[in-house]
Amino acid sequence: MQCDDVIWDIIGNQSFCSHKVKTKSQNFCRNEYNVTGLCNRSSCPLANSQYATIREEKGQCFLYMKVIERAAFPARMWEKVKLSKNYEKALEQIDENLIYWPRFIRHKCKQRFTKVTQYLIRMRKLVLKRQRKLVPLSRKVEQREKRKEEKALIAAQLDNAIEKELLERLKQGTYGDIYNFPVHAFDKALDQQDAESESEEESEEEEEDVGKREFVAEDEIEESDLSDFEDMNRLKTSSDEEEEEEEDEESSEDEEEMETETKTKTSKSKGKSPANGAAARKKRAYVEIEYEQETEPASKSMAT
Amino acid sequence: MDVTEVPGGQSDSGKKWMKRTPKKKKGGHGEKRGADRKVEEEEDEKKMETSEGVFPPNFSVSEIKNKQRRHLMFMKIKQEKRKVKLQVKKKKKKEREALGDKAPPKEVPKTIENQRVYDETTVDPEDEEVAFDEGTDEFSAYFNGLTNPKVLITTSDRPRGRTVRFCEQLATVVPNAHVYYRRGLALKRVIPQCVARNFTYLMVVNEDRKMPNGLVLCHLPDGPTAHFKVSSVRLRKEIKRRGKDPTEHSPEVILNNFSTRLGHSIGRLFAALFPQDPQFIGRQAATFHNQRDFIFFRFHRYIFKNEKKVGIQELGPRFTLKLRSLQKGTFDSKFGEYEWVLKRHEMDACRRKFQL
Repeated sequence: MQCDDVIWDIIGNQSFCSHKVKTKSQNFCRNEYNVTGLCNRSSCPLANSQYATIREEKGQCFLYMKVIERAAFPARMWEKVKLSKNYEKALEQIDENLIYWPRFIRHKCKQRFTKVTQYLIRMRKLVLKRQRKLVPLSRKVEQREKRKEEKALIAAQLDNAIEKELLERLKQGTYGDIYNFPVHAFDKALDQQDAESESEEESEEEEEDVGKREFVAEDEIEESDLSDFEDMNRLKTSSDEEEEEEEDEESSEDEEEMETETKTKTSKSKGKSPANGAAARKKRAYVEIEYEQETEPASKSMAT
Repeated sequence: MDVTEVPGGQSDSGKKWMKRTPKKKKGGHGEKRGADRKVEEEEDEKKMETSEGVFPPNFSVSEIKNKQRRHLMFMKIKQEKRKVKLQVKKKKKKEREALGDKAPPKEVPKTIENQRVYDETTVDPEDEEVAFDEGTDEFSAYFNGLTNPKVLITTSDRPRGRTVRFCEQLATVVPNAHVYYRRGLALKRVIPQCVARNFTYLMVVNEDRKMPNGLVLCHLPDGPTAHFKVSSVRLRKEIKRRGKDPTEHSPEVILNNFSTRLGHSIGRLFAALFPQDPQFIGRQAATFHNQRDFIFFRFHRYIFKNEKKVGIQELGPRFTLKLRSLQKGTFDSKFGEYEWVLKRHEMDACRRKFQL
């Protein structure tokens, strides 16, 4: 004989129910056929001989019903009705099947059915969106990689490498004339040029002396005066030389800047291939010095 | 005979320990030593210490079953080895000093970079085939000066603050970069739109647990797609002794140590991010340095103090990348043709072998 109150007395209050989950505020029921999910006198499928639920299987919703007539046949206890996919029609079906049933069960069934359809809709939407693929990480591997990275960072000596690269680029001249650094080179060039000019002067003097015929006056004073004038001219010319050198440099610098701009545009200043401007640049420096040398005799000739 | 010798060796060591550590030795196996025996043991010990070869040749520490004794033996052996090493070192140093100038040159220590397994795809600087390939690949348009880079930076869904800030800082580093918020769009749909708007690069920063951990770099008009793992990201305010914010000048690019074919293509991928003509007035340099397959990115401002010294000041974010895969066309995870994929078991097996 099936007596619901006795069953509820036992499992609900006094003794043990294996489907019950107790929390601080509430009791839950983990029975699959429970409509609400709470452990109540009216929601317990074991303590109610007339009961109905909604359950879904693979996206299809079914209405399960249990009546007392079948209480003796556990294999046939639950009657399963497939609900239509249309929401309103399904609700009508529920109403139609549970006509004359207590209001509570009807209401709870409809509520559960609504919830189930809502989450099915959300599942279908999520599948269409992009899913996040979770890739499992192996902790050992990650630790190994981290350690390797640290060691690689130490081995890289980044600051040194960057500085070296930048200095190399400066030496190769990818920066053109922005930095007027090559001070040592400039001094060397100056020294070289002075030495050359001196040697040239000497050679010139010798050459002049060798083949030339000079008409010399009797008075030596005039000669000395003349020679003084020559010296003074020479002095002037040296200072002129410097001025002209600077002018030359400036003009050549301007020219060079223009040229370097065009050069940097065409050359790959990415550090992968040595700047094509490098070779040309060096040639240009050479040209600079030659210019100065050419102007020297010009100025000299002008003075004399 | 052999059978008796080995336990003899063991019991010898046991004897030693009995003498040395009377406190530590618990249950002495009931062995009692008389004073004479102890003297003998001392002599034996001295002999054994002075010449290690007196250890029976097949003596190994692992044969002692007792853990404490084994440990102590092992420490002893190590100490002796260290002593010998020190002596050898001192001798060498004396010899070197004695020889003075005639001393042989110092030996170069072995490093991982020295011992690197030769990679057959290492690029020769004069290789014509490589030069030809590079002249006709997807970057040729850029390197011939036809296109200007335009970069679109975005993230994965719902980025958190750190990733957003990282993207913003990246946008200041790369000139002509735009950051767009990803509103759940599929990359495959984003790409044709980008192409239509003349973008040359698409950068997607992937995020996990509020930290950026991946980077997809896609060269747009059907260029290669590279997928990197991002690690140790330092945002601007976390960098110590940093300079002021980077200006709008286009930086120079420094690419170090990209030696193989794969490394070359990755290097060109990075190079094409930046405009072809750097503005030297800005004095900014972006560095991609490859060391043992890790690519370190740094962004510096430099100043030449004189022709032999340059000072650099770090601005900008820093991060490390590790290449995970290189795909031939644009981003397509299902049907894409992968040029190179990191296969951990094959490629990480040898410590001296690197891919980039």
